[in-house]
Amino acid sequence: MEQKKNIALATRTVPMAHSLCWHCHSEVKGEYLCGQCVKVQPLSKELDYFTCLRLPRRLNLDEQTLENTFYELSRTFHPDFYSRKDESEQSISLGNSALLNTAYRTLKDPFQRAEYLIRLEAGSTKNIRSNPPADLFAEILELQETLEEFRLTSSKNQSETSTILRKKLQTARQNLEHRRLHLEMSIVSKFDEWDRLQLQAPNPKELREEKDALLKDIQANLSNRTYIQNMVNELVETLEPA
Amino acid sequence: MPPIVGIDLGTTNSLIAYMEGDRPKVIKGADGHAIVPSIVGLTDNGLLVGEPAKEHLIRDPAHTIYSVKRFMGKGLDDVREECKYFPYDLQEKNGVIRIAIGEKSYSPPQVSAMILKELKRRAEQYLKEEISQAVITVPAYFNDSQRQATKDAGLIAGLDVLRIINEPTAASLAYGLQQKTQGIIAIYDLGGGTFDLSILKLKNGIFEVLATNGNTHLGGDDLDRQITDVFLRDIQGNFDIEIESYSDCMQAIRLEAERVKIELSDKKSFMAVVELPGRKERYQREWTREELESCTHELIEKTLGPCRIALKDAGLEPEQVDDVILVGGSTRMPLVRRLVEKLFKQTPHCELNPDEVVAMGAAIQGEILSGKTKDMLLLDVTPLSLGIETMGGVMSTLIRRNTTIPANAKEMFTTSLDGQTSVDIHILQGERELVPDNRSLARFQLPVPPLPAGVPRIEVNFLIDANGILHVTAKDIRTGEVQSVEVKPSYGLTDEEVESMIRESFEFAAQDIQARQLIEARTEADAISIATEKALTRAKDLIGQEEVAAIQQSLSVLKETQGKDDHRLIRSKIAEVEKATRHLAETLMDATLKEALASKKVSEVL
Repeated sequence: MEQKKNIALATRTVPMAHSLCWHCHSEVKGEYLCGQCVKVQPLSKELDYFTCLRLPRRLNLDEQTLENTFYELSRTFHPDFYSRKDESEQSISLGNSALLNTAYRTLKDPFQRAEYLIRLEAGSTKNIRSNPPADLFAEILELQETLEEFRLTSSKNQSETSTILRKKLQTARQNLEHRRLHLEMSIVSKFDEWDRLQLQAPNPKELREEKDALLKDIQANLSNRTYIQNMVNELVETLEPA
Repeated sequence: MPPIVGIDLGTTNSLIAYMEGDRPKVIKGADGHAIVPSIVGLTDNGLLVGEPAKEHLIRDPAHTIYSVKRFMGKGLDDVREECKYFPYDLQEKNGVIRIAIGEKSYSPPQVSAMILKELKRRAEQYLKEEISQAVITVPAYFNDSQRQATKDAGLIAGLDVLRIINEPTAASLAYGLQQKTQGIIAIYDLGGGTFDLSILKLKNGIFEVLATNGNTHLGGDDLDRQITDVFLRDIQGNFDIEIESYSDCMQAIRLEAERVKIELSDKKSFMAVVELPGRKERYQREWTREELESCTHELIEKTLGPCRIALKDAGLEPEQVDDVILVGGSTRMPLVRRLVEKLFKQTPHCELNPDEVVAMGAAIQGEILSGKTKDMLLLDVTPLSLGIETMGGVMSTLIRRNTTIPANAKEMFTTSLDGQTSVDIHILQGERELVPDNRSLARFQLPVPPLPAGVPRIEVNFLIDANGILHVTAKDIRTGEVQSVEVKPSYGLTDEEVESMIRESFEFAAQDIQARQLIEARTEADAISIATEKALTRAKDLIGQEEVAAIQQSLSVLKETQGKDDHRLIRSKIAEVEKATRHLAETLMDATLKEALASKKVSEVL
């Protein structure tokens, strides 16, 4: 009977990140180091990056706080501080550091942060189109043809045609960069909206729908941005090879 | 507990340092120098390492190995172009270069291990305790194979390599400790064979690398080659000599080229002199700093590209860098300083000794690993993107360059055929799109249970540890079972090969000080004999018959003692030869001076 109760308790506490120390089996309530034996504890694989860096699930964040927390946790987990410890602790420190580094890298960049949040909140947002809108698609297709033509003429030393094409591509690049900037501003402007929704009491169905609509909107802009970014990269590589 | 030493295993020079209290200190040898030339002589008398090996280089180039770091983690095809500059034969075995010396051949990690052992011995003698743990530095832009080769070298030398750290980041530790700087710093490290540029953020003891870039085939050696080529063209144009067939003379030219470069860092002009094989006259050429700069400009400018890429990757403009720090002997060149100053729009710092700062930083990292200090922490990055080969010969990136390490990426694999029992995985490192343009790191066959196509789910975890070295593990998601993965490196030694090299290394291990002194004395005796005989044929007519006889007598006495096991006796006979040849040497010097003056007059008249 007693045993059964324990099992039930353990199952309930999993999402709360309560667990037993891998070393001394005393209870650990989400601390990084065991309160009894001070051994480092492995970060849970289910731990999301916001929780890992002690941040609420918002899109605006204070970069300074993020960096400070990252540095503090690096001092807790980095393998440099475990080189004299036993193998299991070394391996936990390695895994935790790798996770921490990924979390920091993802949250530091506003667009990666937004993409990650959308993945976390996934569900109804899954059915978003991954193709760009038709006008952008057509534009990029045409640009790629010009790019191909430019590659051919510049390799065949047809300098006059090549110069004209180069000019055309340079203008296209400027336009695309301008649009990317515009998209980025529009994405970031929606951050406040999300954060406001997060502050409201959870649960009502309406709120969920509102959230999903917002995330869909952000995601559409994000994928357009990626699309434009890839095209700009291709242009830069061809026009200004390293 | 003995200290964890820090080792800078350089292309041309190596150093070892330790922490004396809270200060890093490089360890000097009995000769008073901290620098150990990264040169190994495998002579008939035995093994020579460092300065004695450098002296041996001109006398016996076929048995002397230098710049071995250029071959670490490389295959023969990687170095074809520069083979002609090396006096020894290069071969390849299982993707690893072997340097053929006489009957035997050595892998680059074996040769590096000989240098490491010399450094270890030096530290043990100074600290009067056994050294077993070390931090070894590598260029930041070294790939996985080159890092692994360095770790293997440590193992072969009997060292427990606790950490491989990047040279510019090591330098930043030493710099940060002394200057207590906060902010953004750039480390410009132009060494003997490699170039690195790292950008770091220093804040409250955290040293966070933001970006790194470089070229593992650009350094002082390459500058020397530019100068050497001028020498060679000149000599072949003015004298009827097939100079490239005289490997001893080629080495003399290479060292004189290095000297031109070094001297012209302080002086405005320098007269270079090279003895020609079988000739009475010598080749001389006056070099001005302008000439040196026009001959090396193009190469030095090649360092600016990586600087710009690193700045871009860090998302910074040159003006946002607070301090620029110069590391590596080649940064003593005024041209290098000017170009760096122009790019970053500020005067670079060179307060710290550019030769010693890397070893000192490695010693600080050793202190951190020992747990004695928690004040500082280095957060480094992986210099190159890591990926795998996908359909159509394209590389799919898993971990991007400049990602903070440790870093990992997980990838799910399945099968495309019913009953398929393995999946081929090819791991790559580099920034290009197509597989052949990147570096192949390793291949392995991932075992898969025989099931219908698409059913198996194997998760492979690619983990880059704090050394920048890759580890691969696999897990069967359906069973939760962890699989062992046997990764075959494309350019590296297998564990078995390393083990057998550790055993072999004991052949050279048993040299106590007595034995070393004997080897050095015998080698020097060989050298002085050869030099004296050469001088006699050149200047027989300038001195009397009696004197010639006396010199020959002293030489034969020396030859007799050489076979005995008494280095003091050999040294005393060497001194006697020197005494007997003093007048001969002076006479030769006078003759040369006259020649030099004569040629000067000619050039002035012209």
